[in-house]
Amino acid sequence: MEYLLIFISAIFVNNIILSQFLGICPFLGVSRKIDTALGMGAAVAFVLTLSTIVTWLVQTYVLNPLGLQYLQTLAFILVIATLVQMVEIILKKVSPPLYQALGIFLPLITTNCAVLGVAILVIQKDFNLLSSIVYAFSTALGFALALTVFAGIREQLSLVQVPKGMQGMAIVLVTAGLLSLAFMGFSGVDLGLRQMMGLQ
Amino acid sequence: MSKYKIILNGLIKENPTFVLLLGMCPTLATTTSALNGLSMGLATMLVLLCTNTVISCIKRITPGQVHIPVFIIVIAAFVTLLQMFMSAYAPDGINKALGIFIPLIVVNCIILGRAESFACKHTPLESLCDGVGIGLGFTFGLTLLGVVRELLGAGSVFGVVLLPETTNMLLFILPPGAFITLGYLIAIFNRFKAK
Amino acid sequence: MVMVLVGFAIVIAVLLAWVNHITEAPIKAKAEKTLQDGIQEVMQTQDMKVTKNDTIRQMADGKETVFVVHEVANQAGKGIGAAVESTVMGFGGDLKVLVGFDDLGKILGYTILQTSETPGLGMKADKWFQKDGKGNVIGKSPATGDLAVSKDGGDVDAITASTITSRAFLKAINQAYAAYAHKGVDGDSGASKQI
Repeated sequence: MEYLLIFISAIFVNNIILSQFLGICPFLGVSRKIDTALGMGAAVAFVLTLSTIVTWLVQTYVLNPLGLQYLQTLAFILVIATLVQMVEIILKKVSPPLYQALGIFLPLITTNCAVLGVAILVIQKDFNLLSSIVYAFSTALGFALALTVFAGIREQLSLVQVPKGMQGMAIVLVTAGLLSLAFMGFSGVDLGLRQMMGLQ
Repeated sequence: MSKYKIILNGLIKENPTFVLLLGMCPTLATTTSALNGLSMGLATMLVLLCTNTVISCIKRITPGQVHIPVFIIVIAAFVTLLQMFMSAYAPDGINKALGIFIPLIVVNCIILGRAESFACKHTPLESLCDGVGIGLGFTFGLTLLGVVRELLGAGSVFGVVLLPETTNMLLFILPPGAFITLGYLIAIFNRFKAK
Repeated sequence: MVMVLVGFAIVIAVLLAWVNHITEAPIKAKAEKTLQDGIQEVMQTQDMKVTKNDTIRQMADGKETVFVVHEVANQAGKGIGAAVESTVMGFGGDLKVLVGFDDLGKILGYTILQTSETPGLGMKADKWFQKDGKGNVIGKSPATGDLAVSKDGGDVDAITASTITSRAFLKAINQAYAAYAHKGVDGDSGASKQI
């Protein structure tokens, strides 16, 4: 039950892009077409889940026992950078079609703050390994959902005549604001579910 | 290029917030008030000054293949230092408001971007100037966004109440307000630049 | 190439370890001072010292919840109540309050330690329930029955448009009292056994 709540809350209620503001760069950068948005979403889902597992293990079995918590930021970013490189190399060897689909997004992921952000958040929230995995995966799904929906809107937006001053990023940001407003409608849903399930 | 020009370049022509649109995550997330925006800007600027200067100094002794890893280590080191000093000496309110966005300076595209595109091609002094310019531009952007959002959403600027409570539009402090305010500020900035 | 990378890693690790060493004490001191100030604020007196810190874990809502009870005495050594840290699930995440009770269970004061409530709405909780706020709870006592918002038949006015946050807040206080009272009963019976 707890996992279902984490799942719903991470996708809709506390959507990583629209309410936590992590991973805005790819959200604005690769949301012109639905296809690329889906590719990016899949790549992030994969790397985010994998890196959260590895950083959780690093924190629990290396940094905590040695009292090196202050190296967290340094260790995590190195783990993520290395992991992204490894995934890229392995994917190239093992599955060329998949590499073609996701490959171009991989280098961008290292500096995607959603990945480092989630790795730090699960430590702050004191999650166990299974909760961390569920949280990371559902967060990534929320990322993919927001990105794809937004790409759909932008495809339509490109057909519309926009006033000169608002062209480019200005109108895109205002649109993102409206999407974020729509997602605010989900706030409190997790609490309601919790009550419905008799947890509170 | 003169030092003065380098600084001005970062403030207006390559303003990271309104023109380059870099470092959007902290820009949107931490500008719920003018003070938070200013603090985030200054924290990022401090890291940028250090990394730009150091990376410019060490560019000769780092071979091409390990450029990026070394840069990342240097950036992460300065961010960790900042984290330690902030939790030791900065007020609790600021630490709480900026929260996770302090360690996330590591992945702020501005820092690595400037290291790659400026610091590793220029002298330490020029890189420092670039850090000042871009840093000030970023701080300016964040503070302006914070001022507008705080004024419209809470009727105050830097905590000084200017508008009565009945005119508060809460939306501007909430996440959607961040996107919308930035969108309109960019439109205004474009207009101003086009003239 | 590898040498350079390893060299940097070592230099930086040493630097960080050193700075961590010098900032560790101030960070700890600051956390203690914040807690001390918080306790003083909620107990509404300067004339106090913490005599005992107890961490109580109990199951609430199918989740283990941690309460920290700081028992407080005045300088003369007479017990004057306790400040209790209590955490509940609020509207947007955990809501953590520190609330002071006198020895009869009357609320002396409270402060919000951590919140992720909607800024501007639920965030108002830090003033709303204070003595001159609209939903004053100071002086009320959960000992004579749980506090509740007027919508639920209680006598506390909920924050406008934030009933859920208000309920969560009152729940935190009720649970804090439960943790404190339970503690007190145990303490008393322990004392009477000694006599």
